Amino acid sequence: MNAMVKAEGVHKSFGPVEVLKGIDLEVAPREVFCLIGPSGSGKSTFLRCINHLEKISAGRLSVDGELVGYRQKGDKLYELKDSEVALKRRDIGMVFQRFNLFPHMSAIENVMEAPVQVKGESKAVARARAERLLDRVGLADKAGNYPSQLSGGQQQRVAIARALAMEPKLMLFDEPTSALDPELVGDVLDVMRGLAEDGMTMVVVTHEMGFAREVGDALVFMDDGVVVESGHPRDVLTNPRHDRTKAFLSKVL
Amino acid sequence: MPRPGRGARPGASRPEPSPPGNRPGPGDPGRAPVPQVSNRLAIERLLVTADIKKTGPEDVPPPPAAGPEAIRAIPVRHYGRYVTAILAIALFGLVVYAFSQGDINWGTIPEYFFDDRIIEGVWKTLLLTVLSMAIGIVGGILLAVMRLSKNPVTSSIAWFYIWFFRGTPVLVQLFVWFNLGLVFQYINLGFYRDEWSDFMTPLLTALLGLGLNEAAYMAEICRAGLLSVDEGQTEASHALGMSHSKTLRRVVIPQAMRVIVPPTGNEVINMLKTTSLVSAVQYAELFKFAQDIGSASGAPVEMYFLAAAWYLVMTSILSVGQYYLERYYARGSSRTLPPTPLQKIRSTVFSVRRPKGVSA
Repeated sequence: MNAMVKAEGVHKSFGPVEVLKGIDLEVAPREVFCLIGPSGSGKSTFLRCINHLEKISAGRLSVDGELVGYRQKGDKLYELKDSEVALKRRDIGMVFQRFNLFPHMSAIENVMEAPVQVKGESKAVARARAERLLDRVGLADKAGNYPSQLSGGQQQRVAIARALAMEPKLMLFDEPTSALDPELVGDVLDVMRGLAEDGMTMVVVTHEMGFAREVGDALVFMDDGVVVESGHPRDVLTNPRHDRTKAFLSKVL
Repeated sequence: MPRPGRGARPGASRPEPSPPGNRPGPGDPGRAPVPQVSNRLAIERLLVTADIKKTGPEDVPPPPAAGPEAIRAIPVRHYGRYVTAILAIALFGLVVYAFSQGDINWGTIPEYFFDDRIIEGVWKTLLLTVLSMAIGIVGGILLAVMRLSKNPVTSSIAWFYIWFFRGTPVLVQLFVWFNLGLVFQYINLGFYRDEWSDFMTPLLTALLGLGLNEAAYMAEICRAGLLSVDEGQTEASHALGMSHSKTLRRVVIPQAMRVIVPPTGNEVINMLKTTSLVSAVQYAELFKFAQDIGSASGAPVEMYFLAAAWYLVMTSILSVGQYYLERYYARGSSRTLPPTPLQKIRSTVFSVRRPKGVSA
């Protein structure tokens, strides 16, 4: 089976600081892949490398069999043009910790924006899909509201609908519930659970161990730029083998 | 300031609506302690306030009907305000008196205020302002984008342009444009060929001088605006597959406008006044006409006052326009828009009429 995301020895440095020190992992299609670890361990950076918001410094990273950010001809690598990178990003949805909704557009306009502007879809088609997606995340009645008039949980659900509007084959979640009040986390996780049931391939950076255990198909514990431990979430979370994993889990569970 | 006791911040303490399915019905006793009647009242109130506040339904104030009785207290008296008001009026009266006693023939001002030449000058001043600002804004956005570009060549060109045009006085630049015929004798664009002196009319000199200078200032204003937009916005837009230019046009610039518009309003008002300099390069606008009439009719100083009055009228109108433009670009960024002047006057009048001690 072809991996949806495949990382081989991925390194990333910001100046002299090496954030990723050789990451190897594979995400299978239809899999919910959870990345956990302390802050500064490089999990968010790795996620951002997958859709080329960050350039990797060494190693190979591919999505659905194609290299991220480069094209290979013979044994030479060619950097992709911005427009080619943009083309690949259409198929990868991303949800951010701080939502990053467009504040000057209403909820439905946020969801319609990319299909209309990027795919050149007609407004009527985009609006119909946006209404369906907002209904799916439970916000059909908030379509006309601006982000500043929505709670954090509602904003994040609009952000998920916005990413889904491009009908991606892969969804990246960068700590989607970390900026939310505890009582609002559940609604967002419910939406993500629904996505997982529909077979969406998802890479999720999270601190929600309960979600990882229930919904996750695979889990990786990262620390200090390396993968410390990986396996099925139930095994890693209940029987961590590595000391660092044990220490981390004892603090968060 | 005394407020009604209930929910001062509308929407702030609103409970998160639960996902569909387990939403409580309208009559659910657990969730809706307020009786049905006042709910309907609230909806009516919503309809009444909707056309004034022009915001989403989230911002509806809570129904005061259900709240406790409003506080009635004697407000603090600000005696200092009365004193300063009287002093200011007295000082103003003295100045007016001094001017009225001066050797100035005030009668000539209304006589010439709507003179044909003055009106023509006003139109030309406005035309010059609009066109130079158009050049300035378009050039400014272009320069700002160039300046922030990753391309080192374009960013250096923009830097040099701003350095040069901001570093020399606009009057000097006007004279340079005016005398450029010393360098170029002909202009030849292939399809258009002419003597330089015929090509470089006073209007073109004025437009280039003012517009290109303005572009340098607008570039810095636009750059600050573009930088003020959160990086997450660009990332979100890129992650959706939008190109650089689409991101700029659809996401970054609309948000940058909130930061760009207020100083641009200042620039427009400034430009309107700076146009008076172009009389030096023989372009006839308000100031030039006022000068000409002044020297012909023997009332030069009076005509300066007249010009000043016209400039004041025009800048005042522009200020009002600026206010509404700022209000437009504030949408989405704040929950409630600031009131329009008309709304402000209305609310002040109403609050004066209300019994003392009740907050407006």
